[in-house]
Amino acid sequence: MISVQRLVLDVLKPHQPNALVFARAVASLGEDYRVNIRVLEVDEQTETLQVTIEGDRLDFDRISSAITESGASLHSIDEVSVIGK
Amino acid sequence: MELKQIRTLLEISHSEEIMRRYFVVNGYDGALTMLGLIMGFYVSDSVDLAVVITSCLAAALALGMSGISSAYISEAAERRRILEQLEGAMVTSLDESHHARAVIWIPWLVALVNGIAPLLIALIIIIPLWLARSGVVLVFGPLLSAMVVALVIVFLLGVFLGRVGGTFWLWSGLQSLAVAFVTVGLIYLVG
Repeated sequence: MISVQRLVLDVLKPHQPNALVFARAVASLGEDYRVNIRVLEVDEQTETLQVTIEGDRLDFDRISSAITESGASLHSIDEVSVIGK
Repeated sequence: MELKQIRTLLEISHSEEIMRRYFVVNGYDGALTMLGLIMGFYVSDSVDLAVVITSCLAAALALGMSGISSAYISEAAERRRILEQLEGAMVTSLDESHHARAVIWIPWLVALVNGIAPLLIALIIIIPLWLARSGVVLVFGPLLSAMVVALVIVFLLGVFLGRVGGTFWLWSGLQSLAVAFVTVGLIYLVG
């Protein structure tokens, strides 16, 4: 079974919801999800984030949906860590 | 729509402040309108209580409908404009996001608050009139009692505003009450 354990995403999002609410929305997708957010750039209406998500089995589709629901847009997957068990 | 989702929509659209402001502003409108109307009946001698109640109810309903429709139209337009601006900045459609859902739901919530505030406050002010109509004897009489209720509500709205704004609550309440007394005085002079 292949499992994704770490993702580093480049995300553009509006100022609302703020980074804390956004991180909570992603972290709530799994019991062992750990989310770390770095704000890279702040513009008038948007901010660019580096979102690092760690967990035993990350569900990329659900993470992507949560990002879209928050009004954010996934620009790129910058790092992945996958384990084939 | 779940309560949690409504909370999220309120958070991202900063609508709680707008709703609080609308509640106070339109509630104040409702209280002053009822006070003016009842004062008008008070200075015109011997008006039937049924006529007073019907007039006040009609005014309360009109205030409620006006509050709902005006707030919905303005909020819906404002929310659409904000979403378009955000989509421009994001260079993508936000159709699947909370922001798009806020455009649909927030105008209704704001409109409901805007309409219910004056309606509810007006109905509370009318209570002494209903009581008197159903045979309850009021110490000050129905019209004066209703005016006292209106003045208390105006004072409480002022107190609430004072607390929100961080100013001295009593001063803010007395300021609101002063406006109500000026209104009553003017109607007395006209009558």
